[in-house]
Parts: sequence; structure tokens; C-alpha cells
Amino acid sequence: MTEQELLHSLANVYGPKIQHQAEFRGETTCAIAANDLREISKFCRDKLLFDYLIDITSIDDFGEEPRFEIVYHLYSMPHAVHLRLKLKVPEDSGAVDTISDIWPTANWHEREIYDMMGIRFNGHPDLRRILMWDGYPFFPLRKDFPLEGLPSEMPDVAFTKVTPLEGGPFVTVPSTATSKDREPRARPPEL
Amino acid sequence: MSEIRATAYDSKIEGNVIFTRFDAALNWVRKNSLWPMPMGLACCAIELMAAAASRFDIARFGAEVMRFSPRQCDVMIVAGTVTYKMALAVRRIYEQMPEPKWVIAMGACASTGGMYRSYAVLQGIDQLLPVDVYISGCPPRPEALLAGLMKLQEKISGERSFRNQKSELAEKLEEAFG
Repeated sequence: MTEQELLHSLANVYGPKIQHQAEFRGETTCAIAANDLREISKFCRDKLLFDYLIDITSIDDFGEEPRFEIVYHLYSMPHAVHLRLKLKVPEDSGAVDTISDIWPTANWHEREIYDMMGIRFNGHPDLRRILMWDGYPFFPLRKDFPLEGLPSEMPDVAFTKVTPLEGGPFVTVPSTATSKDREPRARPPEL
Repeated sequence: MSEIRATAYDSKIEGNVIFTRFDAALNWVRKNSLWPMPMGLACCAIELMAAAASRFDIARFGAEVMRFSPRQCDVMIVAGTVTYKMALAVRRIYEQMPEPKWVIAMGACASTGGMYRSYAVLQGIDQLLPVDVYISGCPPRPEALLAGLMKLQEKISGERSFRNQKSELAEKLEEAFG
């Protein structure tokens, strides 16, 4: 099946549940509600043969409501088609249903999102931190977490200190200027 | 009839006496047989391996015996980025090494945190361990590691080993002999 035929079959069954649909360079992104995730995921895997979950990513839209976004990147080996599912997670619930029983690779991806962003996954078999250690008190990829880190202490396990950023932070500037103007440089916050 | 002579050692020294300081003899033995603890944590470890291989051959300096048990090591070569998650494990391995022991901080990350001005990276292993030699580079070439090793050998040959490590015995000897 082509991508258009796949999208038609998806729209035939779940049309009202797809809140928004966008195409970019031949790949389609569908915005859905967090409650419909498991149902649509199962349909995508079993009926549309999206047998490969490439990645799960999360975004912190700090200052907006709902605060978090999660993006599921799917690929169908038989059809050679990409599909992205996107959903929003408000900060006060801060949880989504797991899909680690649908695509087992989601197990570690969801652990990473929990570790870095602090979004919990209902029904996950083993929701522990994966990069930082158990007991680390922060979620470091949230926008309100400072680049230089925060001090923490777990005796005999690990500690963290605030990193000196003299002349920094070293950040890029998003713009259409040349790479010389965009590249990471020391840009103190007051400038 | 020609005379048969033993030539395997210097027969001029045999049976004679060499005068030297005890520290000088002890340090000479130590500095030419430094067994490294290869604390390879990142890409510096690749250069460390190159330094041990045939082209650079760290064996020329008596430091080829990489021991993966800290109990058999003299010098810890911290080669790579030390994250906070790894930091206390590095310290625990260092504490298991027997005295006397030395530390080489190999590369920018082990010395200062390097390019990782980050919440996750320890900004220099000298916050946890007493570092003897810092080697610059990202990663340093094997020659730089060998130069650092020679610096450490220089440092060892100037140490007052006996007084530092057997201080009570040294005091008693001083009392007895003035």
C-alpha cells in the first residue's frame, strides 16, 4: 500500500480521533489524544503493518498549556512508509499509557523520557531512571532546569555540583543567518 | 686455550659496593616499573591503547603492565570524561590501590571537565583524587601520554619516599644516629 492508502485506512477508522494532520517532505504527522494512543497504536501495528517503532521523543513547551508533547516515530518495513503520532500531556496529570507491550522497544525509550522529562507511563513494567541514578531529584531536560545543573547528594552513590559557566552559556542562536552567526558561542544571558 | 668468561652481567660490579641514597635506589625501582590502572572512560582510552601498542610502546618506560585489578596498580590513568554517576566508582577503585600510588589525569575532560560544561559531568577528577600529572589534549596523542609518564617519573625520582612512607622508622633512626 502507498502512504495515501494507509492514511485513508487510518482516517476511515479513526477519522474523528485525529485532531490534526500535517505533511512535511512526504512524511505525515497525526496529532491524537493521549487516551486514544493505545488503540491507534495497536491498529497501526496490526492492520497497517507499522512494525517498527523508530523512536519516542518528548518536548517541553514550557509556559504553554498543556506543557509536554510526546512524538512517536513509526515505520512500516513492508510499505516503507513513515508515520508520526503526536500527543500532548498536561503537567498536572504528567502520565501517558505505556505502549511497551505493543512495541517492546518502547520500554527503554519511555524510561529515558521519564528520566529526562519526568513524564510517567501508566502500566510500564519497570519505570526506573535509565541514565541518571535512582534517587537523583531532578529532571534535567525540562526547560526550567538550569544548564549548569543543581547540587544534589546521595551518600555513597553519587553527587552533583553546579558547573561553572564563565563566559557562557555556550548556546546556538536559531535563525536563518549564516552558520558563523548561529554556531555555539559564549552568550551571556544579559546580551 | 681461550678463557671462558661469563658476560651476562657486568662483572665489574659483581663483588663490589655501590654507594647511593636509599631513596634514590627505591625511587629508581619504582619509577621504572609503574603498573597502570587503565581507567578508560571515553575516547582518551583509545589513545591509551595506542600508547600501549607496538608503534608507541609504553613498555619502553616500564609501564606496559595494565592491570585491571586495582590491587596490583601503582598509577591510575584517568582517561576520559568522568560523569557524576561514575565519579564515586572511580574514587572507590583508587582507594583499593595500594600505597604508594599516583594519578595521571589524561585529557581535557579528566583534567577540567573539558567541553562538557554540563549538569552530568564532574568538572575535573582533581575534585576527588590527588592528581600528579595533567595531560592536555582532546584526546592527547600517545606521545603526550608518554611525556606525561616521563614527567611522573621525574616527580617520583625526587620524592622523599622513605621519610614519607616510613615516618616512624625514620624518626627512630634519626634519634639513634643523629
